[in-house]
Amino acid sequence: MTSAIVVSGLHKSYGSTHALDGLDLEVATGEVHGFLGPNGAGKSTTIRVLLGLLRGDAGDVSLLGGDPWHDAAKLHRRLAYVPGDVNLWPNLTGGEVIDLLGRLRGGLDEKKRDELLRRFDLDPTKKGRTYSKGNRQKVALVAALAADVELLILDEPTSGLDPLMEEVFRQCIEEERQRDRTVLLSSHILSEVEALCDRISIIRRGKVVETGTLADLRHLTRTSIQAELAASPNGIAQLPGIHDLDVEGNRVRCEVDTAQLEAVMRQLSASGIKSLVAQPPTLEELFLRHYEDDVPAQDSTEPEAAVR
Amino acid sequence: MNDFVGTGTLVRLALRRDRILIPIWIVVFVMTAAGSAKATMDLYSDPKALVDAAQTSNASPALVSLYGRIFDESSLGEVSLFKLTAFGALLVGLLGGMLVVRHTRSEEESGRLELLSAGVLGRYAALTSALIVSGATVIVLGLLTALSLMGSGLDAQGSFAFGLMWAAAGLSFAGVAAVTSQVSESARAANGLTAIVLGVAYVLRAIGDSSADGSTQWVSWLSPIGWSQQVRAYAGDRWAVLLVPLVFLALLVTAATALIRRRDLGAGLVPPRPGPPRAAKSLRSPLALAWRLHRGSLYAWGFAFLLLGLLVGNIASNVDGFVTSDSAKEMVQKLGGVEGITDAFLATEMGMVGLLASAFGIQAALRLRSEETALRAEPLLATGVSRAQWLASHVLMALLGTGVLILVAGLGSGISSGASLGNVGRQVPRMLAAAAVQLPAIWLVAALVVILFGFAPKLVTGGWVLYGVFLLIGQFGEVFNLPQSVINLSPYGHTPRLPGGDFSVTPVLWLTGIAAALTIAGFATFRRRDVG
Ligand SMILES: Nc1ncnc2c1ncn2[C@@H]1O[C@H](COP(=O)(O)OP(=O)(O)OP(=O)(O)O)[C@@H](O)[C@H]1O
Ligand SMILES: [Mg+2]
Repeated sequence: MTSAIVVSGLHKSYGSTHALDGLDLEVATGEVHGFLGPNGAGKSTTIRVLLGLLRGDAGDVSLLGGDPWHDAAKLHRRLAYVPGDVNLWPNLTGGEVIDLLGRLRGGLDEKKRDELLRRFDLDPTKKGRTYSKGNRQKVALVAALAADVELLILDEPTSGLDPLMEEVFRQCIEEERQRDRTVLLSSHILSEVEALCDRISIIRRGKVVETGTLADLRHLTRTSIQAELAASPNGIAQLPGIHDLDVEGNRVRCEVDTAQLEAVMRQLSASGIKSLVAQPPTLEELFLRHYEDDVPAQDSTEPEAAVR
Repeated sequence: MNDFVGTGTLVRLALRRDRILIPIWIVVFVMTAAGSAKATMDLYSDPKALVDAAQTSNASPALVSLYGRIFDESSLGEVSLFKLTAFGALLVGLLGGMLVVRHTRSEEESGRLELLSAGVLGRYAALTSALIVSGATVIVLGLLTALSLMGSGLDAQGSFAFGLMWAAAGLSFAGVAAVTSQVSESARAANGLTAIVLGVAYVLRAIGDSSADGSTQWVSWLSPIGWSQQVRAYAGDRWAVLLVPLVFLALLVTAATALIRRRDLGAGLVPPRPGPPRAAKSLRSPLALAWRLHRGSLYAWGFAFLLLGLLVGNIASNVDGFVTSDSAKEMVQKLGGVEGITDAFLATEMGMVGLLASAFGIQAALRLRSEETALRAEPLLATGVSRAQWLASHVLMALLGTGVLILVAGLGSGISSGASLGNVGRQVPRMLAAAAVQLPAIWLVAALVVILFGFAPKLVTGGWVLYGVFLLIGQFGEVFNLPQSVINLSPYGHTPRLPGGDFSVTPVLWLTGIAAALTIAGFATFRRRDVG
């Protein structure tokens, strides 16, 4: 298996802000890779380095087998990018922007362009300044999806899309996956990530803290268990991986590290299980665990990327 | 009263945002006025010298069309300050207008106003607060200028007339900007429209002042800058004339509020029309996009430059009408007869045209930065477009655009001066050459913006500051007795004076070479820096 993107030990500072702090990221060719993390974690910064717009301070970055800083223009013909904030030229129409970006990338698939316009219900005759945020986003999406490229880099592409359009977007990405295109998808919408991504990486304060398939990650979290036993439990408190244990007579409630589930179940059944409810971790819990730790450390006066 | 809710908050916000900018502007104006008065007064300690200087100036069509007439040739105050009367009013007008656009349309365009309007803000609050800030700024500027002129030893009444006629120009153009901010959807267009009105106002007064037989003097009264001159500070102090700009302001503000009632927040007056669903075949390169982005303003500027050229050439034909006094006749002889004085006039005017064209060059080069900060460069640079290609597309617009403008003005002035002098075949190539020699200095200033963009993008608007400094050096360097090494800093000072003057190729080559070097350095530094 080859990798479309390999980043290792990437550092990037803006003045005193250490935006990326030794980031490692690998995106395999042909996979849809989710890129998640709290606001200001460094997702957009990573993407800008991958596009050669920013130069990393240290570390190695390889994109489609090339160096994004030195071979930027050449590599860009093989990828399409949708920025998080889409700003259009006030007096160009959406259709003109789609054509222009497509041509600058080396051509676009006419049939697909028309089909996408229809599916996203986008009017290509409107001028840039008259589009709503969601429609500006659609212009960039159509331009990217109609391009015949190997890699899609999408930075929060669905922020601003209504639920219907979000669904269209999911179908489109699903189709891209069928065609074996590689997608790097940064997103805050967990259900979207859950539905689309083969693997995900979670970034926090400039570092990737978890990476793997959803199943892998679920493994790292806790399953919550409620059981009614035939007898009062014994020895449970000593088991590794038990949290928030609450025993009332024969009733047991606890959280179990998913990796330790088997040992706990064995211990419970030793006391005879009368009823059992086991809840697998939701994705929300998975993320909240990573997001929450972050709250106290967050800088309250964090500057937004300068948009004047 | 609900329509004005929140005005106070916005005024405080605006003053906070501009707490550095406004004081700097005020200090620059006050110092320029006081310094200029002091320096010239020292030159004319002898009343005879004063009258001579005034007569010579009134006899020079170049000076009269540029700065206006001296009404009282024996008034120390007026002769000392006449170069700052119309020209200063123009700059104060620019300040007054710019402040209004900055706190109305720019805010609206960026969406910040929408954010605020979601709280409690009356619909006139933004405009009212902008007018208060702008009006207060120019009035304080005028009063401080008056005090500083008194401090330089000029009489109190004249000094206040001078300061207030400056303020009046600021108020007139604050009114103009109040209207232009409603008409267009972008701050760029609002500023552009205000600048066009300023330019027209300046040209109208030039026509009125240049009327040799007095038959077209009334044209001056069509111009807010003309009104400022007609206050005749230090030469009669006609206070009543100050009422004209106040009435003008009141009318424009009424118009602006009527426009506000008719439009939505964020929208302009002209409803947007749908455009083509497909891009033209030709829209397939960064250069094609840059052309698309710059062409509107280039057409407008080109038209203005053609008119300007025609006008300048036309005024040139009646310069001998100015030659009435003996001292003036003497001067004409020294300058090589009527053709000599006509050429001197045309050369001065071409210098001014060059300065104006520079403004286009700076603005076009600054587009690089606004595209970058508006995040419109990013999606382009994420396609097959290299940084050098993207940079080159806008730089070419700045360099070629100024070239087109200056040649259009040269052609216009060649045709009209040739037609009235009866030798079009000779005048056109002479004026085209006179126009072309302006280009190296214009390019050098545009190149300064390019290197700033590559090397220190946050400071790129410093291009305007450098331009202002060069302008002041050119206008006042000699009056202030600045050392030659400082005067030499302005690239415009090295441009050969054509037609009629000596052409030397050395400064032209130097200017071009430095411009090229700066541009190349701009490319090199841009390729090495972060975008965004
Ligand atoms: N141009 C800039 N100048 C200074 N600091 C910046 C700049 N751009 C980003 N930062 C800082 O770098 C850090 C990472 O920002 P980045 O935009 O990469 O976050 P993100 O993960 O994309 O966040 P979000 O989910 O909000 O889009 C933040 O602390 C941010 O404030
Ligand atoms: Mg982001």
